Amino acid sequence: MTAVITKPGALIYDGVDWDYDTIKRVYDAIEHIALNEMGLNVYPNQIEVITAEQMLDAYSSIGMPLMYKHWSFGKHFARDEMLYRKGYRGLAYEIVINSSPCISYIMEENTMTMQTLVIAHAAFGHNHFFKNNQLFQQWTDAEGILDYLEFAKTYINQCEERYGYAAVERVLDAAHALMSQGVHKYPKKRTLDLRLEQKRERERQEYQEQTFNDLWRTVPRPAAGQRPPKSVSERKKLLGLPEENILYFLEKKAPRLEHWQRELLRIVRHISQYFYPQKQTKVMNEGCATFVHYQIMSRLHETGQISEGAFLEFLHSHTSVVFQPEFDDKRFSGINPYALGFAMMQDIVRIAEQPTDEDRQYFPDLAGRGDGMAAVREAWANFRDESFILQYLSPHLMRKLKLFSVRDDAEDPYLLVDHIHNERGYRSLRKMLARQYDLGFLEPDIQIVDVDLAGDRKLILHHRVTNGVLLDESDAKAVLRHIANLWGYEVQLVEVSAVSDAILKEHAVTAPSGVSG
Amino acid sequence: MNIIDRRLNPQGKSLANRQRFLRRAKEQVVKAVRDASGKRGIQDLENGEKVTIAAGGVREPSFHRSGSGGVRDYVVPGNKEYVEGDTIPRPEGGGGGRGNEGSADGEGEDDFRFVLSRDEFLDIFLEDLELPDLVKQKVKQTESHTLTRAGYSVSGSPANLSLVRTMRNSLSRRIALRRPKPAEIAELEALLREAEEAGEDPERLQELRQELERQILRSKRIPFIDPIDVRYNRFDTVPKPIAQAVMFCLMDVSGSMTEHMKDLAKRFFMLLFLFLKRRYGAVDIVFIRHTHEAKEVDEETFFYSAETGGTVVSTALEEMRKVIEERYPPQDWNIYAAQASDGDNMSSDNAKSAALLRDVIVPYCQYFAYIEVAAEHNMGLSALGRETELWRTYKQVQGPDRPLAMRRVRSRREIFPVFRDLFARDKVGA
Repeated sequence: MTAVITKPGALIYDGVDWDYDTIKRVYDAIEHIALNEMGLNVYPNQIEVITAEQMLDAYSSIGMPLMYKHWSFGKHFARDEMLYRKGYRGLAYEIVINSSPCISYIMEENTMTMQTLVIAHAAFGHNHFFKNNQLFQQWTDAEGILDYLEFAKTYINQCEERYGYAAVERVLDAAHALMSQGVHKYPKKRTLDLRLEQKRERERQEYQEQTFNDLWRTVPRPAAGQRPPKSVSERKKLLGLPEENILYFLEKKAPRLEHWQRELLRIVRHISQYFYPQKQTKVMNEGCATFVHYQIMSRLHETGQISEGAFLEFLHSHTSVVFQPEFDDKRFSGINPYALGFAMMQDIVRIAEQPTDEDRQYFPDLAGRGDGMAAVREAWANFRDESFILQYLSPHLMRKLKLFSVRDDAEDPYLLVDHIHNERGYRSLRKMLARQYDLGFLEPDIQIVDVDLAGDRKLILHHRVTNGVLLDESDAKAVLRHIANLWGYEVQLVEVSAVSDAILKEHAVTAPSGVSG
Repeated sequence: MNIIDRRLNPQGKSLANRQRFLRRAKEQVVKAVRDASGKRGIQDLENGEKVTIAAGGVREPSFHRSGSGGVRDYVVPGNKEYVEGDTIPRPEGGGGGRGNEGSADGEGEDDFRFVLSRDEFLDIFLEDLELPDLVKQKVKQTESHTLTRAGYSVSGSPANLSLVRTMRNSLSRRIALRRPKPAEIAELEALLREAEEAGEDPERLQELRQELERQILRSKRIPFIDPIDVRYNRFDTVPKPIAQAVMFCLMDVSGSMTEHMKDLAKRFFMLLFLFLKRRYGAVDIVFIRHTHEAKEVDEETFFYSAETGGTVVSTALEEMRKVIEERYPPQDWNIYAAQASDGDNMSSDNAKSAALLRDVIVPYCQYFAYIEVAAEHNMGLSALGRETELWRTYKQVQGPDRPLAMRRVRSRREIFPVFRDLFARDKVGA
C-alpha cells in the first residue's frame, strides 16, 4: 500500500453542507484510495446533482436519463410520487448508470457525508463492477447505450406521429409484457454493439440493392402446390426453433408485422438485454459497491480526513443498508442483497488473509493466499450471483447468518426444515441459495416450439414446469393475448412437466380479429 | 471527473408519460372520480383527489409462476431452534413468511392508487358537460369592450406617455449624436479653472475655453428629450365576452322541507356553483328562501335556519326579479337559477307563479333548473304518477325555446346523474 499523502487531522470537509469545491476535494481523496490502495479500475465519472422530483423521474424511466414515452412509466411515477409524498417510502440516495462516462445521480438534499458515501459507492464501487465484470463486458455496451436510447426515443416519437399513439402503444404493451422473454441467455458469435445497429441495417439494405440480379427472376420456380411437405424437424430448423427469446422470434418471423413494429420490438429487446446482467448480479453488484464504500470511508476516517461525527453518520446509514432482518421479523422480505454481498466480500478477505482450518478445507485455493483485495477483485470480475455464491459462501458465514432451508410442498400440511447450518447441511444450503439467484431457474422456462407456416400458422409455446409450479393463469392469458396480437394468428401455450413430459395445463388464445396490431 | 448541476433542467419530464397513463386509464379514472364524488361532500370536491382504480386496465402482465401449488424451497436467515427434519405449521397467506411475489411495497396488485391534481380531477369530473349556450349570450358579447395593450404610438394623450420607451429613445439619440454629458462639461470647467489658477499658457487657455463653449453649445443644440423621442402606450379596444355570472338559489324552507331534502338541494346548488366557477371568472351567489314570503339571506341562514309558514312560490320569484333589476342587469350578467322545492304551493298562487316564470324570470335567465326533492321513502306517491302542484304548474311553462329544466331527486346518489343529465353536452341547445 502506498503511503498516505494527507496529513492526519486535515479534514477534507466539515459540517453537513456541500458545495462543488468540497465535492471535488472529496472526490480526489476517494479516487486516491480507490485507485492506488484498492486497485480499482473505473470508467471516467460524471456526477450529476438532481432534485427529489428528478429522482422520481429517473425512477419511473427505469433509472435511465433518457427513455421513450410510455404510459407504464407514468403509472410508476404516479405511484412512486404518492408513496414518497405520503412518506411511505424514502428515495434512493443515488442512481448510477452503466455507461461511459459512468453517470451517478446524487440528490441535492444529501448531507456532505452522504455525498461522500454515494460517490464512493456509485462512482467507484458500481463503476468498477460495471467495467470489470465479465457479464457486463460481454452483454452491454457502456459507450453506446446513451446514443442508442436517444435513437430509440426519437424513433418511437416519430412512430407515434406517423402511426398514432394507439398503434405504437399496442406494440409497446405487448413488447413490455414479453420483456423477460426478450433476452438471449447464451452469447451468439458476435457481441452486441448497440450503436452500430442502425448502420448495420442500412448497410444490409444497400448490399441487397447492389447485388440485385434480375436474372434470378427468370429461374423457374416449382409450381404452386407441388412443394414437398417438409418434415417437422426441417421446419423447426428453418425457423430456428425451439427459441426462448420470444421477442426475437416475433421480430424476425411474425408474418404480419410492419417494419416499424419490428423495430419497436427490437428496441425493447435491446433494452431488456442491456439490463439482463444487472438482474443476474444484484448481490455482487451491491456487495461490491457496499464493500468499496465501507473500505473507502474507513480509510478516510483512519487517515483523519473525515471527522468522527461524519464517520458516525456514515456508520448509521451503512448499518441500515446492510441490515438483514431474520425470517420471523416483521420487516423480513427476503435476503437483502446488500447484506449478503457485503458479508461475502468481507468473508473472502478474511479467508484470504486469516483463514481457519475449516476455510482451508473448503477453499484450498483461496485460504491464506494473502492480499484479500486482489481475491475480491477476481471474484468481481469473473462471477455472477449464482456462481459467486456457489463458489464463495463459507460455512463461517452460513453460521453467522444462521441460514436454513425450508421445503414448502403444497400437498403437505407442514413446511419441512430441510437443511440447517451444520456440517451435513453446508453444501446443500449453498447449492440451494445459489439456485435462488439463478435466473434460469427463477424465471419460468418458456420456449416457442413449433409453428406451422404452411398450415394454420398456430404458434405453440411450451412451459417446462419444474417442481409442479404452474404459471399464474390470468397473467399468462393476458401475455398470450399480446403475443397473438403480434403474431396475428392463434397462439397456444402448453405447460409440460419437465420430469415426465406430461401435459399439465393448456392455454390458448384465438387469432385477433380484423387487422393485427 | 465532471460535476453537472441538473437541478435547473426542465422539470416535469414525466408529464408526457402521465398524460399517456391517464388516457390509458381514462375509463377507470372517470369511474373512480364519479364514485369518489358520490361519497364525499361537494364542498371539498374542489381539492385534488386520491383515486383508486382497479389494476385491471393498467396491469402489466408478464409470464410468472403462480403463488400457490407445487414444491418450493427457500433459504432464509435467522434460524433459532430448528434442526433438520423439523416441521413448521404453514403460516397464513403463503409459504414460509415469504413476500417476494406481488406486494413488495406493501400494496396489493389488485388496486392502483394515485393522486389526481385538482385540475385533473375537475376536468374529469365535469367532462363533457357544457353550459347552455344561448342566443342572448352571443348577442351580448359584442356589447362590452375592454382595452388591451397594442404596442406604442407617436401620438396620444399625456396620461398614456410611456416613460421607459421615451427615455430609451432619448438615450440612444443622445449617444448617437454624442451629446456631452454634464459630467464631461464639469470636467472641462474644472480643467479650465485649474489651468487659469496655474497661470498656464494663454494659448492653451484659449483652447480650453473654446472647447468648453463648443460643448455647452452642443448640449444646448441637442435637447435632452426631443419630440421625436416621445412614445405613448397604445390601446386597442376588443370586444369582451361577459365573464361574470350570478347564480340564484331558490329554496322552499317551509315546514314540509325536511333536513334530508335541504341536504339534497344543497348538494345540487354546490355542484352548479362548482360548474359555473369553472366557466366564469367570477360567480356571485344569491340565496333566496321563501315560505309564504321570500327573503334574500346569507348562506348560513339559507341552509340551516328553520322557518315556519305557508308556501307561496311566487314571492321568491318576485324577490328574484327585484334583485336582478337592482343589482344584476341581464345585459351584463349571465344569470343562472336553481330552485329546489318539495313541490308544495298554495293553489291560488300557481297561476301567478307560472306567469312570473314565463314572462319575467325565464327570459332573464341563461338557464333555470327546477329540482323537486323528495323524502326517500315517500317517493312512491309521485312515482305512481301523482304530480305535485308546482311540477304541474312549471310544466305548463316549459316550452321548446325556454331554458327551463325540471328534474326529480330523491337520494344523494341521484344528484350527480341528474346534474350530468341537465348539462350533458349533447343535450345542450336542444
